[in-house]
Amino acid sequence: MTLDLNMLEWARAQFAMTALFHFFFVPFTLGMSFLVAFFETIYVKTGKQEWKEITQFWQTLFGINFALGLSTGIIHEFEFGTNWSTYSWVVGDIFGAPLAVEGIIAFFMEATFAAISFFGWKRVSKGVHLASTWLLAIGSNLSALWILIANGFMQHPSNEFMQFDIETSRAVMTNFWALITQPVAQVKFLHTISAGYTLSSIFVLGISSFYLLKGKHVDFAKKSAAVAAAFGLVASIFVAVIGDEHAYEVANTQPTKIASMEGLYVGEKGAPIVAVGIPKNLKATEVTSNDEAFVFKIELPHMLSILGKHGFDAYVPGLKDLVEGNPEYGIWPLHKLAQIGQEARNDLRAYHEAKARGDEAAAEAAKRDFYSVVWQDEKTGLKITKADLIGYGFFANTNVDPNLIYPPVPPVFYAFHIMVGLGFWFILLFIWAWLAIVKGSFVENKLLQKLAVISVPLPWIATSFGWMTAEIGRQPWTVFGVLPTAESATPLALANVQATFFMFLTAFVILGIAELKILFTVVKHGPKGAH
Amino acid sequence: MTWAPFTVDATHFYLQVYWWIIVAVLGGLFLLMTFVQGGQTLFHTAKDETEERAILNSLGRKWELTFTTLVLFGGALYAAFPLFYSVSFGGAYWVWMLILFAFVLQAVSYEYMNKKGNLIGKNAYKFFLYFNGVVGMVLIGAAVGTFFTGSNFTYDPVTKVLEWGTAKDGINLRGLEAAIDFKHGAWFNLAMGVLVFAAARILGALWLINDIDNNEFPELIARLRGVIKRCFIVLLVALLIVLFGLITMKGYAYDIHDPSGKVYLEPGKYLHNLLSFGAIPLILFLAGLVLYVLGVFKSGFGNSNRGIWFSGLGIVLIGIVVFVIAGLFGTPFYPSYADLQSSLTIQNSSGSKYTLEVMAWVSIAVPFVLGYIIWVWYQMKKAGPITKEEIADPESHAY
Repeated sequence: MTLDLNMLEWARAQFAMTALFHFFFVPFTLGMSFLVAFFETIYVKTGKQEWKEITQFWQTLFGINFALGLSTGIIHEFEFGTNWSTYSWVVGDIFGAPLAVEGIIAFFMEATFAAISFFGWKRVSKGVHLASTWLLAIGSNLSALWILIANGFMQHPSNEFMQFDIETSRAVMTNFWALITQPVAQVKFLHTISAGYTLSSIFVLGISSFYLLKGKHVDFAKKSAAVAAAFGLVASIFVAVIGDEHAYEVANTQPTKIASMEGLYVGEKGAPIVAVGIPKNLKATEVTSNDEAFVFKIELPHMLSILGKHGFDAYVPGLKDLVEGNPEYGIWPLHKLAQIGQEARNDLRAYHEAKARGDEAAAEAAKRDFYSVVWQDEKTGLKITKADLIGYGFFANTNVDPNLIYPPVPPVFYAFHIMVGLGFWFILLFIWAWLAIVKGSFVENKLLQKLAVISVPLPWIATSFGWMTAEIGRQPWTVFGVLPTAESATPLALANVQATFFMFLTAFVILGIAELKILFTVVKHGPKGAH
Repeated sequence: MTWAPFTVDATHFYLQVYWWIIVAVLGGLFLLMTFVQGGQTLFHTAKDETEERAILNSLGRKWELTFTTLVLFGGALYAAFPLFYSVSFGGAYWVWMLILFAFVLQAVSYEYMNKKGNLIGKNAYKFFLYFNGVVGMVLIGAAVGTFFTGSNFTYDPVTKVLEWGTAKDGINLRGLEAAIDFKHGAWFNLAMGVLVFAAARILGALWLINDIDNNEFPELIARLRGVIKRCFIVLLVALLIVLFGLITMKGYAYDIHDPSGKVYLEPGKYLHNLLSFGAIPLILFLAGLVLYVLGVFKSGFGNSNRGIWFSGLGIVLIGIVVFVIAGLFGTPFYPSYADLQSSLTIQNSSGSKYTLEVMAWVSIAVPFVLGYIIWVWYQMKKAGPITKEEIADPESHAY
C-alpha cells in the first residue's frame, strides 16, 4: 500500500508535538520529586516547622506540574498504536516489554505513593509519609529508566538482543537482559535524569532568587536555594560528564547522527568540533569539502575524534562517506546496504510464498539465505546477517533519494550546540551560586540572583533541544537501521491525523497556559498558605 | 487468505493463555477503578461548595490509580498481544483517540479545578470530568463490545497491510461505526457502553457513600442512594440486552489444535464458553452478579455504607469472565466481520515465546504491587472518612 507522505509528516508532527509537550513536565517531575524528598527529610530530621513549609510549598508546585505530566504521558502509549501501528507490530515484541514493565514496576509506585505524599500529611505517621515521598521520587525515576530502555532500543537495536523473525515477519526479542543493560540506554537514562535534576534545581534557585530580589520570604528562599545549589552543582556537572559518554555511544552506534550533530559532511582523521557555526543544508553527495558546508564556523581541532572515538587522530566518517561508502575505512555505500536489504525482503516474500504452496525445500532455502552472514567482525566475532539489514531495503527504491539516509543537518546541529552551550552555563551558574551560598554572600548578590531568575526557562530549552537532537538525529529511522519512519506509520486518511493534531494542540495550549497561570499565582502568593 | 497460528509449542500456548488471563484480571480491576469515572458524573448531587469538595477530594485521591491501571492494561496488551495493539488502535482510530482525549482532560481537572488562575474556570474542568465519565465509559464499553461483535478490517500478516472498512455492507468511520452500524451489532456495542457507564456510576456513588463521612453529609449521602436506585434500572435494561446478545448471537470460533487456525461462526459460542471448563466461568459470572446486586441493595436501598465492598468484588469477577469468554476456549478476541480469517486470536497476535516468558517472570511483581496498593489504601483510610474539617484544613493539600 502506498503511504500518503503528507500524512506521514503530519503524523510525525503530531508525535513530535505531544512528545515535546510531555517533555516539558517530565524532567521537572524527575528532579522536583527528589528535591521535595530532600526538603522533607530535613524537616523530619530537624523537626522544624519552617522546613515543613518549604516542603509543602515546593510540593504544591510539583503537584501542579505532575498532573499535566501524567496526562500527557498516556498519549504516547496510545499513539504508538493509533498512528504508528506498523511500528507497533513489527517491533512490539521488543518495544512493548519495557513499557509493560514500566507500568507494573514504576507507574503504580508513583501513583500509589503520590496519594500519601500529597494527601496523607494528617493521615499517616511522619515516617510513612517521608518514605512515601521518597518512593514517589524513586518510582518517577524508575519509569524514566524503562522508557529510556525502550528508546535506547530505537536508537541502537543491536542483534545482541533482537532478531528479525522470518516466520512472523517482525523483529523479536532474543535477550531481555542485554536489552535492559545496553550502554546506549543506560547513558541515555543517566543523562536524562541528571538533566531533570539540573532543571528543577535551577527552578528552585530561580524562584528563591526572585523572592530575595523582592525582599520577601528571605529565610525560606535562603534555605531552598542552598539545597538547590548543592543538588544542581552535582547534577549539572554529572550531565556534562555523562553527556560526553552519551556522545561517545552515539558516535559508535549512529554515525549519521553524530555527523549531523557536527555538520561533518566529509569524514576526517582528527576531526574537529565546531564550537560556533552556521551550517548549510546540503546534499552530502554534492559536497566536496567541509568548509563549503558552513557559512561560518569556529573549530576546536581534533576534539570530535578525541571525544567521539577516544583517539587524537581517529577517523570519524562524514555524511558523504556514509552515503557513498569509503573502502579505505571499510564503510559500505548505501546502495550496497540497500541491495542486501532488498534481498532480505525478497527472501521473506519467497519464504511465505513457498510455505503457502507447501514447497518446504524452497522455503528452507529462502530462510537460509535470509539469515546468511554478510559481514563478520574478526576481533569481536560480531555477525551481521541479511535479516539485520532488512530495513535498508527501503532505500533500494530508486525513487528514494540516498541523501535521505541522514537527518537534515541544521536543526540537529543547532539543537545539539544550543543544548551543550546552555549546559556549560548551568555549571557556571551553580558553581557561582554554591560559592556565594557557602561564603554567605548569596543574599546580597543581586546580579547572581537576577541571572538565576533569567535562567529559569533555559533548562527547558536545553532539555527540549536535547530530545530533538536524539529524535531528529535518528531519522530517517524509527528503529535505527531496522525500520524506516516511512514504513512505521498507520495508513490513515490525512484528515484524521490533521484533526487529532489540532485536537491535541488546542488542549495543550489551553492546559499549558492554565498551568503557567496557576504556577505564577502560587509563586506570587508565596510559601505562606500555599495550600 | 488463512494464516497459520504463530503458536508452535505447548509452552507458548500456555503463556498466551496466562497473559490473556492477566489481561482479563487487569480488565476486571480497571472496571472496579471506574468508580472514579462514575463518581465524576455525580457532582450535580452536591448542593453546596462543601459537598462538592467532599466528592472532589474523595475521587481526587484515587484517579491516578485508575489512570495507571488503564496504562498498564494498554502496556500488557502491547507486550503480550502487539498485533491487537496495532490493528485495533490503528484501525479503530477515532474510538481510541476520543477515549485518550477524555483521559487527558480528566487528569488535570482535579488538580486545577479549585486553583486560582486556572484560566478557563471551574465549570470547564467540571465539564471535562463529566466528559471523561460519560464519553470515556461509553466508548470503552462499546470497544469491549466489538470483542464480541467484530470489526470491519482485513489484515495481511506478511505484507503487514491493515485495511479498515473493507466489508462491502459495512460503514467505515475508523471505529466509530461500531455505534451506528446496526447490521454488525451496534445495538450490542451500545448496550455494552451503557452498561459499563451505568455500572461505573453506581460504583462511584457506592464509593462516595463509603468514603465521605455519613454523619456530616447526610443529605448528600441520601441523594447518592437515590442515584443508585435510578441508575440500577438503566443497568438492568442494558444488562438484559447484553445477556440476550451473548446467548443468542453467533460467536466467532476456531480450533486451537487446527494448524490452519481457520475461523468460523458458531451459534451459542459464548454460552458454550460460559459452560466450558466445568462451568466455572458461568459460576464466577453469577457470583459476581449476585455480589454486585447485593452491594447495590445494601447501600442503595439499605442504609449500609459497605456496598462498595460487595459490588466492587462483583464487578472484578464479572470483568474477568467477560474477557475470558472473549478470548479463551478457541475464541478470536478481536474478530473481523469483513474477513473471518483476519480475526485476531491470542495465538496469532501474541508476542514471541521468549518475550511472554520474560514478561511472565516480571508478572510475579503483580501481587506485590497489589499488596502495597492495599496497604496504602488502608493507611489512608484508617484515619476515617473525609470530613468537613479535613477539607477546610490548609495543610491537608485538599483540592
